[in-house]
Amino acid sequence: MFEHLDPVFLARVQFAFTVSFHILFPSFTIGLASWLAVLEWRWLRTGKQVYADVYKMWVKIFAVTFGMGVVSGVVLSFQFGTNWSIFSDAGGNVIGPLLGYEVLTAFFLEASFLGIMLFGWNRVSPRLHFAATVIVAAGTLVSAFWILSANSWMQTPAGFRVGEHGLLYPTDWLEVIFNPSFPYRLVHMVTAAYLTTAFTVAGIGAFYLWKKRHLAQARVMLGMAMIMAIFVAPLQLLFGDMHGLNTFEHQPAKVAAMEGLWETTRGAPLVLFGWPDQEAETTRYAVEVPKLSSLILTHSLDGEVRGLKDWPANERPPAAVVFWSFRIMVGLGLLMIATGLAAIVLYFRKRLFEARWFQYWCMALTPAGFVAVLAGWFVTEVGRQPWIVQGVLRTADAVSPVIAQSVALSLAAFIVVYLFVFGAGTYYILHLINKGPGDGEGVYGAHGMDQPPLVTDVAGKKGGRHVQS
Amino acid sequence: MFSLEGFLDLALIWYVLIATAVFLYVLLDGFDLGVGILFPFAPTDECRDAMMNSVAPFWDGNETWLVLGGGGMLAAFPLAYAVLMPAFYIPVIVMLLGLIFRGVAFEFRFKARQNTRWIWDYSFHFGSLAAAFMQGVIIGAFVQGVEVSGRSYAGGAFDWLNAYSLMTGVAVIFGYALLGATWLVMKTEDLTQQWAGKTASYTLIYQALFLAAVSISMPAINADIRQLWFSLPNVVFLAPLPCASAVLIVLIWRGLRDGKEVAPFLMSFGLFFTGYLGISISMWPYLVPFDITFRQAAAAPGSQSLLLVGTVVLLPVILAYMGYCYYIFRGKVSGQSGYY
Repeated sequence: MFEHLDPVFLARVQFAFTVSFHILFPSFTIGLASWLAVLEWRWLRTGKQVYADVYKMWVKIFAVTFGMGVVSGVVLSFQFGTNWSIFSDAGGNVIGPLLGYEVLTAFFLEASFLGIMLFGWNRVSPRLHFAATVIVAAGTLVSAFWILSANSWMQTPAGFRVGEHGLLYPTDWLEVIFNPSFPYRLVHMVTAAYLTTAFTVAGIGAFYLWKKRHLAQARVMLGMAMIMAIFVAPLQLLFGDMHGLNTFEHQPAKVAAMEGLWETTRGAPLVLFGWPDQEAETTRYAVEVPKLSSLILTHSLDGEVRGLKDWPANERPPAAVVFWSFRIMVGLGLLMIATGLAAIVLYFRKRLFEARWFQYWCMALTPAGFVAVLAGWFVTEVGRQPWIVQGVLRTADAVSPVIAQSVALSLAAFIVVYLFVFGAGTYYILHLINKGPGDGEGVYGAHGMDQPPLVTDVAGKKGGRHVQS
Repeated sequence: MFSLEGFLDLALIWYVLIATAVFLYVLLDGFDLGVGILFPFAPTDECRDAMMNSVAPFWDGNETWLVLGGGGMLAAFPLAYAVLMPAFYIPVIVMLLGLIFRGVAFEFRFKARQNTRWIWDYSFHFGSLAAAFMQGVIIGAFVQGVEVSGRSYAGGAFDWLNAYSLMTGVAVIFGYALLGATWLVMKTEDLTQQWAGKTASYTLIYQALFLAAVSISMPAINADIRQLWFSLPNVVFLAPLPCASAVLIVLIWRGLRDGKEVAPFLMSFGLFFTGYLGISISMWPYLVPFDITFRQAAAAPGSQSLLLVGTVVLLPVILAYMGYCYYIFRGKVSGQSGYY
């Protein structure tokens, strides 16, 4: 039934599906954990109830998201072996210790202190609880450090040699960990995670303002989110540009695909829109700005930019996916910067929390960060193809000796399970949002309550009132 | 290039470390998977609440040992990881899906409306059941050997599936149920505790039978293992192991009968330890039975050295703060009134 299916393609689709789903959760929880730490700090410093309300609402959402991040992440730690066993064998010497360090320095830390953060309210002092929140936030960042180091090494491998059987051996750990693209990718991704959280929080805050509910808490949400939009969104443009220049230096084929450029050109134009055609080796319907690409990439009007035809056809990434993902990411980034600018204007006109159009605008941008993060990862991962380790090991040579049927069936199972489970999770998060902050009570699992009652307790003795909400 | 190769037996140290991580995973996730396995059989909804609350703060940390086992294996023995994962492709994927269902149930169950909560009750139960069963199947298939050609798995998609591996799958379900039941004896009171005590006694009987079946069958199906256990002088050194298992079974039984709360749980750990040690001795020195030893599968000395430094520094810290978390959430979980 599946004989005609290509196991490499299926393995790629499966991995793309599970890893794309997974990245949504950490993109959100990295920023959320840091924000929760700031909120709790403000609360402890000022004693203002509004910070506690906002914290207690968002820590519930954090718990659901984090739980989904954990279970979807455990899958990935095994998929290196189930789907890419040849890569695991060849690259294990180099990449294994990085993942090992992620578990040792981050996962245990997050998992252990999360228990205190969620369930420890009347078991530890407020200061210790705050410490637990900070530790969880730090854990998410440490985790990002190692996993992005591992990924960056696959993009710009360094500090290794190729031995017998094609196995890779480390020669310099500092070069491996701090490989050329790592610092840029780390900064770009952590900033992206912060912006993802900020725009989600902004959207929810705007939703409450629009509904005229929870106004005090909504102002904290939208206000703090706009600080991020004003100061961090423009910085991200700068970080992204630096990351792009780094890619231009180390992975020029990826940049050529991002630019939709086929011929090596001096004074290359910036293609705003178009359709890169892999077969015809040209970008159709191109709308161009003369010389701008060279200016951005080489800081000179007639600098040389290599086109995709410089590489043999079997070493070119699929240009259309990379080209369009890149434009989606950049477009959303520009919308974020515009949001920050609008917020400045509205703030000085004292209309930041009143302007209706701005509330619609922020609500519409709620998922912007998630989409931008996914698009960015599509640029970097598809842009690396046909390599799994750039220039060293091809994706097609790295796949496990597993029959296509197994991969196809498990892919189907992943799709069904993920849509059901994470759909339910999204539904419960929407419920928590609809319920809003600050009513002081809730069901157990409503972490952050002083005395969490039991589900049956609530259902039995209070007529199930809270269970319904 | 930094390496500790010259003065340490890195491969052996890592073999012991990975074995320890997997064992800690089996113990710790074992009891919370066991709670999930027993979940629908509890007498009342209050009991189920208490059961879930008793493991809610810990399950995430417990499951991290599995990630360490997987990630550590990739780092320290990449060849074994690269052969075993494709060999157990289907059971591993089913186990992961089971872990997803049970993991999210902790959060979702308390957010669901009353008329849909059953979804997450069953998701918790069947997820735990599937994960435990598949882990048992993997152990059963592992001890029978894996077909290898060159540096890759060479068998079929269903090589893991046979009567023996199904039997070990069921055995692990009962083993985890024993851990879960004795955990509940320790952490709950009143009705839940009484029920858990009775359940623990029943599962102990099954556990003893399965342990006996595995102990007899492993030497029976493999001549090398038979030789290892029954030749002189090995038999003298190894005999205490099955004897210790038998003594522990009697002690757990008596502890449960006498209403002891902590001892049955700790002695169940002991019972798992003797069983795990028995399997490890039988498989020695293979990481991929019966083709690749832990020395052949070892990563480059530089890789093992780097992670070893981190492990030596961080593992005690991890154990300390995990212990601290268990200490913070010490005492009884009540199903009757309020939370703790």
